[in-house]
Amino acid sequence: MKSLILQTASRYLIVLLVIFSVFILLRGHNEPGGGFVGGLLIAGAFALYGLAYEPKAARRLLRLDPRTIIGVGLVTAAGSGLAYEPKAARRLLRLDPRTIIGVGLVTAAGSGLAAVWHGQPFLTGQWLPYPIPFLGKLGTVFFFDLGVYLVVLGTALLVLLTLEEE
Amino acid sequence: MGWSVLGIFTLALFAPFLHRLLGRATGWVLALFPFTLVVFFGRHLPILPGERFATSWSWVPSLGVDLSFVLDGLSLTFVLLIGGIGALVLIYSGAYLGEQSGGGRFFAYLLLFMGSMLGLVLSDNVITLFVFWELTSISSYLLIGFHHQTDSSRASALKALLVTGAGGLLLLAGLLLMMLAAVQLGLPLETAGRISAMFSVNFQQHPLYMPILVLLLLGAFTKSAQVPFHFWLPAAMAAPTPVSAYLHSATMVKAGVYILARFHPILGGTLQWKTLMIGVGVVTMLVGAIMATGQRDLKRILAYSTISVLGILTTLLGVGTVQAIEAAVVFLVAHALYKAALFMVAGNIDHETGTRDVTRLGGLRSLMPVTAITGILAAFSKAGAPPMFGFLGKEALYTAKLDIETIGLWLIIGAVVANVLLVAMSLVVAVWPFFGSFRQTPKTPHEAPISMLLGPVLLAGFGMFVGLIPGAFDRSVGSAMSTAILGFPVEMKLKLWHGLNPESILVMALSGFTLATGFVLFMKLRPWLTHTLELACRLEPWGPGVRRAWQEGRLLHELTCRLEPLGPTRAYERLLAGLAWSAQGVTRLIQSGYLRRYILITILAVVGLVSYPLLHSIQPQLSQNAWQIRPHEAVVALLTLAGAIATVRARYRLTGVAALGVTGLGIALTFVMFGAPDLAMTQVMVETLTVILFVLVFYHLPPFVPRSTRRQRFRDLVISMSAGLVMALVVLATASIHLEPVLSDFFARQSLSAAYGRNVVNVILVDFRALDTLGEITVLAVAGFGVYALLRLKARQKGEVQK
Repeated sequence: MKSLILQTASRYLIVLLVIFSVFILLRGHNEPGGGFVGGLLIAGAFALYGLAYEPKAARRLLRLDPRTIIGVGLVTAAGSGLAYEPKAARRLLRLDPRTIIGVGLVTAAGSGLAAVWHGQPFLTGQWLPYPIPFLGKLGTVFFFDLGVYLVVLGTALLVLLTLEEE
Repeated sequence: MGWSVLGIFTLALFAPFLHRLLGRATGWVLALFPFTLVVFFGRHLPILPGERFATSWSWVPSLGVDLSFVLDGLSLTFVLLIGGIGALVLIYSGAYLGEQSGGGRFFAYLLLFMGSMLGLVLSDNVITLFVFWELTSISSYLLIGFHHQTDSSRASALKALLVTGAGGLLLLAGLLLMMLAAVQLGLPLETAGRISAMFSVNFQQHPLYMPILVLLLLGAFTKSAQVPFHFWLPAAMAAPTPVSAYLHSATMVKAGVYILARFHPILGGTLQWKTLMIGVGVVTMLVGAIMATGQRDLKRILAYSTISVLGILTTLLGVGTVQAIEAAVVFLVAHALYKAALFMVAGNIDHETGTRDVTRLGGLRSLMPVTAITGILAAFSKAGAPPMFGFLGKEALYTAKLDIETIGLWLIIGAVVANVLLVAMSLVVAVWPFFGSFRQTPKTPHEAPISMLLGPVLLAGFGMFVGLIPGAFDRSVGSAMSTAILGFPVEMKLKLWHGLNPESILVMALSGFTLATGFVLFMKLRPWLTHTLELACRLEPWGPGVRRAWQEGRLLHELTCRLEPLGPTRAYERLLAGLAWSAQGVTRLIQSGYLRRYILITILAVVGLVSYPLLHSIQPQLSQNAWQIRPHEAVVALLTLAGAIATVRARYRLTGVAALGVTGLGIALTFVMFGAPDLAMTQVMVETLTVILFVLVFYHLPPFVPRSTRRQRFRDLVISMSAGLVMALVVLATASIHLEPVLSDFFARQSLSAAYGRNVVNVILVDFRALDTLGEITVLAVAGFGVYALLRLKARQKGEVQK
């Protein structure tokens, strides 16, 4: 099932999709979107990539740059999508979908602990007093959503990649 | 106080790493923590009667659940026992386990248990109490089943878990009823769960009093191994000995007694309380003592005598007079000290000789002198010989029972019988292995290492110290503990010598009689058991000889051996087998392995369960403007419908999936048109991923062949139509029920002001109902791992076949 068109397209598409999913995650608080949809979106992107090439390639992509997945820097995300050749040193950073699930759960649960520290019930939202440029008001709720995003991404990828590899 | 519990749990987390780092020295290092606890809590000594220290953390304030801890005389005594014996057991375990694998795991479990037990005795909130109660059950399951490679130890662990777990559920029901009654009696919900607040209301007139009492007692009885739930305790001897020394003497089995003591001022003193507690307690006391006499395994003897002592404690708490409570206090602490020491002595013997069969042991005193002396000291305390702590316990016990008028005589007789047997058995445990002629054992015995001697020596020595200076005990914790159990201040005065008055003479006479008879019994028992064992061994090959051996004295052993499975054990095993059998039946019926059958059953169940209440209570109504359909809506609806029909009629899988996708996108469009963009987005993404998933699965499937007959397809048609109809009715019903707009109003108003978000749906998901979402993503993660495991398992099985 190797199609040159699909391969070339998915290589560029994944960059856009990753950026888009982060965008969806961030805008969720005020407009339609959020961690769940964002996670599904990026999982779809990786699954598509895996279909176009082979599951290994999708895993390599995950392995190459965890920042792609976590969506920290958009530039890095763009760069990594174009140059996916694995580098030995970066292999240490490989992210198994199972790790993503774990990180997501810990992030979501951990975001609730901030409230306990302040003597409020678990998972009460805590907010920074000043808005952050581009992001707006930042609070623990965002990290909770990030956790949802990661768990959804990890679970979907775990199932899809395992099936693809079979 | 909360931090100490949290600290132990954290330590449990790191125990495996520490063990890898430190090896055999782990026990000594870990013991520092409980030792610190003893010092930390010891600064409250001497605790005055009625003195309390409390802290509280908010947990679920809206349900009256908080992490509130209270330290009073009762909990302080338990904390010191848990910390002190815990430290010694940790040190002991290091040497006992030696180079065995899984040491890190063992320490982690032991600390987990220690933390749970500590939390249990400190909790002031009934829900918190229950959580820690269950944690002790779970950690004891892990500890009993530590040798998980052997079937019997797994079965024993399961037995303990099921019995105490079932009791735990009953306890929970009882505690919830208590909260309910407390609220009805006028406590505010925020404090209704506080045990300390419950003192102020009178439960005993409440109609729920009887159910509360019975449920609470059942919970306590299962944990504290009262007849007929006692059978898990002897089985639990499959655990490594340090576990038995810790859980099955001083702590876990006392948890039930602790609950009874804790709730005594609230629920105790009524006729029902007395009847139930004394009845069960006396039976347990006698059954335990009688069954102990027939055992040969050192640990099983100790287990049964523990059951007997627990029965005595229950009886005393049932009697509930000042003397009885004081006796219970002394007896409880004395028993914890000597029984833990005896278990460790038994562990030393087992460790150094390789056997725990008492008939195969003898003459070890010159080879293991320290163990021998320790064992004898502990056994003297157990037998209630002066000047040991146990002697004070026994004196107090007899005094207390003399005090009650109507049934006092019978209680005394019962107590004397049980105690005579206990004296005999304590001599069997601690004297027999060390005296007489030396017998060959599987291992060449020598003295145990220092870390395995420290615990029993300190505990036995402490027992003697308290016995000699009884004032130290009653002033430091004894009075405060009795006060906490009784609910009103008392001053406790323990004495070795009571002077001469009719009562004390009678008590002394009883004590003396018990000791003397016990000793005589022991002397009789000893030749009886050994002689017959040798005879039996020699005669075993010849049939008739066995019967003679039987007649001559293995009788006692055989009888109790035979009695054992007849009792509740058998009922338990039948119950377990029956449960497994019926579960198998249901599984065979429902989980046939055919996916279509699963779907069929699921859909039928949903249709049946939903349609009944739907048609009976709610009349679904069409709203008036239901028929005002706009053209684009009609197009989308038709498209969705067409997709569904095409899916059913598809001849190829890919066509089917594509058609299904049309339906899904149609639904997504509907969401868009009716103002639910979040739902629409999710729907589109789910559709996309489903298509990818299907494509991947198809790759592995054989070509599609329609196999179902016309009749089957007709049946499926009817079922799916009815499912669709029910769903349509549900939608109509939800539309026609007029819900109070309070909630949606609240969310709409609070979304921006309280949670700084304009997207109400997302704010509900990640803020207002974040706990639900956390639960959901956890389920999602578990499901993901489940799929992964299934796929991998299949792949591995395939790999094995190919090999």
